[in-house]
Amino acid sequence: MTTFDLVLEHDSRPDPYPLYAELRRTPVSRASDGSYVVSTYGAIVELLHDPRLSSRQETDGDLPPGFIVMDPPEHDRLRALAMRHFGPPHTPDLVDRLQPDLGRIVGDLVDRFPQRGEVDLVEAFAYPFPVTVICRMLGVPEDDEPRFHRWVGALVESLDPARDAGEQTRARDAARAQAAEHLAGLVHERRRSPGTDLLSGMATDGMMTDDELVSTALLLLVAGHETTVNLIANGALTLLRHPDVLERLRAEPELVVGLVEELLRFEPPVHFLPWRSSLDDIEVAGTTIPKGAKVTLVLAAGSRDPAHVTDPDRFDPDRRRLEHLGFGGGVHYCFGAPLARLETQHALLELARRLVEPRLVVDPPPYRPSPVLRGPSALRVTYAGILPNTA
Amino acid sequence: MRVVVDLTRCQGYAQCAFLAPEVFRMNGDEALMYDPAPDEAQRTRVLRAAAACPVQALEVDELNDHRTPRDTDAHFLRDGRIVIVGTSLAGLRAAEELRAEGFTGSLTLIGDEPAEPYDRPPLSKQVLGGWVPAEHTALPRPAGLDARWRLGVPASGLDLERKRVHLADGGEVGFDRLLIATGVRARSWPDQAEAALEGVLTLRTRDDAARLQRLLEAGPRRVLVIGAGFTGSEVASICRERDVPVTVAEVGPAPLVGALGGVLGEIMTDLQRAHGVDLRCGITVTRLEGDADGRLARAHLSDGGVVDADVAVVALGGVRNVEWLDESGLAVGGWGVACDAGCRAFDANGLVTDDIFVAGDVARAPYPMFGYQFLALEHWGNAVKQAVCAAHNMISGQAGREPYLAVPEFWSAQFGVNIKSVGVPTFADQVMIAQGSVEARRFAAVYGFRGRVTAAVTIDHAHWIEFYERLIERAAPFPPRFRHVDEPVFAEPVPAEVPDRPLLAHDATVVVTGHDPRRRRARLVTA
Repeated sequence: MTTFDLVLEHDSRPDPYPLYAELRRTPVSRASDGSYVVSTYGAIVELLHDPRLSSRQETDGDLPPGFIVMDPPEHDRLRALAMRHFGPPHTPDLVDRLQPDLGRIVGDLVDRFPQRGEVDLVEAFAYPFPVTVICRMLGVPEDDEPRFHRWVGALVESLDPARDAGEQTRARDAARAQAAEHLAGLVHERRRSPGTDLLSGMATDGMMTDDELVSTALLLLVAGHETTVNLIANGALTLLRHPDVLERLRAEPELVVGLVEELLRFEPPVHFLPWRSSLDDIEVAGTTIPKGAKVTLVLAAGSRDPAHVTDPDRFDPDRRRLEHLGFGGGVHYCFGAPLARLETQHALLELARRLVEPRLVVDPPPYRPSPVLRGPSALRVTYAGILPNTA
Repeated sequence: MRVVVDLTRCQGYAQCAFLAPEVFRMNGDEALMYDPAPDEAQRTRVLRAAAACPVQALEVDELNDHRTPRDTDAHFLRDGRIVIVGTSLAGLRAAEELRAEGFTGSLTLIGDEPAEPYDRPPLSKQVLGGWVPAEHTALPRPAGLDARWRLGVPASGLDLERKRVHLADGGEVGFDRLLIATGVRARSWPDQAEAALEGVLTLRTRDDAARLQRLLEAGPRRVLVIGAGFTGSEVASICRERDVPVTVAEVGPAPLVGALGGVLGEIMTDLQRAHGVDLRCGITVTRLEGDADGRLARAHLSDGGVVDADVAVVALGGVRNVEWLDESGLAVGGWGVACDAGCRAFDANGLVTDDIFVAGDVARAPYPMFGYQFLALEHWGNAVKQAVCAAHNMISGQAGREPYLAVPEFWSAQFGVNIKSVGVPTFADQVMIAQGSVEARRFAAVYGFRGRVTAAVTIDHAHWIEFYERLIERAAPFPPRFRHVDEPVFAEPVPAEVPDRPLLAHDATVVVTGHDPRRRRARLVTA
């Protein structure tokens, strides 16, 4: 069994970092399925900008794949069309204008915590917050959310490289088809009576085909469901493990900005990119990856590369000029990164401000199965009280 | 507060434009514009933006990223006297680096402009566009620089033997080590009377930019841009953005030919025309004609044409500020000040000096990657990196000195696209479109010389440029032949159409005196 195979084992979920250190000793290694595993910062950055590496993945069924598994130029075109309704240059201040809403939603969620005792921060906070935001922004009614929750869950579990490929594909395609059908219905509705949401924007500007639209909406919905949840949960866990930092955050709220960047380096929500492939021979870090190989970029290992940051296994929110792989890099850099940053900043500040003497009940917490989108499945916390909502 | 973005590093991820939309704006998909002096109320947002930048290209209020001196004379570090002539980007960066590396001796900066150091790239973009006032361009300056500033007083001479800089006001400043960073100025219109007409101006300083901005604001009938290099093309772009009619007169066959060659030049021709520029190539302006009140009325062209215009922007490139060194005994001329790869100046004999250093636009240094040619690069990133290298070497001993081996890089934003260049595109015999689509104006072009990759230029494709930079660094074979994403329709090399290197323009007249081989000396004859 190779080191990377060990990473995929469920037992490795709480602390894969010693395995990553082991991986980095061979910057480009082989997993037992023959794929090439890249784990040092420099080699990953090179490959993220190397046009010989493809992100293309075929999906069965009628629906085209989301742009995350497409290559330029189709990727660039679809991403830019979605960006028209989300960010600059066409919609520059959408994310910034969300800030009061973000503050309100996290405040309301903490208001609903029991006054004292115990709460599962994943269920009561880290999950509902970004999901509420993405559904509102996209224009998915709140009542539909539980259904999407199920479909998205099935899609994400299918990302587990440890699972049987045939079974994965079947589960994924079934969930995709059901979610797509429902989204197609929503697109139809928005076209008749458009709102101010992203789906309405994309449905009425006439620039995407219906299939492209549904597949893009599905991608944003999945990404909005599954990544920020882990980032917030990992952030809460990291703060509870570093009470000194939590204490500082109460006194210096501006610390949260650098803290979230360090979190993206130290406990990122996406640990590796499993679906790239080489279109030609690529020499990187002294190894030649042959044409046609499967390539996995272990972002979380690269961000802890001691050749890139000093003392990489220390959580240090004061690092300056920090570059990390928390959102990937190159043309596939996380579409929702600015939103994820603000959400996590608001979420962690709210927890720091309001929970009195919070303590982890179990450390390490239980983890979700996926080694790719890695995060706790539950994060039980006790506390002595909840301070009032000052917002 | 003050902000500067290293647009050489920027790849257009737009994280700053999301997080501080009033300070950072995307112009098209990839070109970033920003207000270098945002309101204090924006501080939280700007700090968020700076932390979020994936390539850490934003600098707020101070600069860092420093090395430490090596093999240093502790006495000099403490008590030495360093003088920097030139207070633009290179001069300021060098001063910061000296302090950051622990130089605590006396530091004097001498500059001919009365303003404190400011950033020039925004002048032809967000300042001219009317968004950012010219006075917003001051560069971030760290506290603790502890320097003596002699602003508004040009240096007028250099006495190498007595180690003194002479000033135009009659004063002089002694030094142990000197950095020459006097840069370039805009080449002015050759006919003085015509140059003095109201409405005729160059664009180099922030006063120039403020003046031109006011003229554009007033809604001129037509602007004539003389010269389609980067400055001229950016001015034309802003004119179109502001819906001002503009004619561009270029002596060469296409815009930007001198920097990017004929193939890219042709693409830029189409881009300019598609944006409504009246572009006229292969012609010169023979005469500027004023009206009875001394205002520009029209221009006469070499093809007999006449352009009615009330503003003419003379964009004929730069002239290096070296006249003050004419009698110094250094190897200086229209080509700049020659120096070694560690920024030490050569004297007129071609001997390297120990205490005189050069950096920025005025420095002409050998580039091993480009056949050891001596190149003077007028690029923002070069001013920064070379100044840092010079400063480090000024306070390091022989064993600690470092060569300047950065791959040249520059960028331009015009007509809604972001142009980035790496390597030396004019050091080429062939070029090919390697990635993307010319038609969609999103592509990467790769340049080669004698079978090696020497440069790449991207149009709205900056995410890929570091790949091509690595090909240049590794002297990869040209044409690159591999399968990759976004392969263009036509991927074959074609002649680069680079103008002949104007070697003769760099001519110098040198006389050698003395018969005894040990007493022979070279002397530059200045006109």
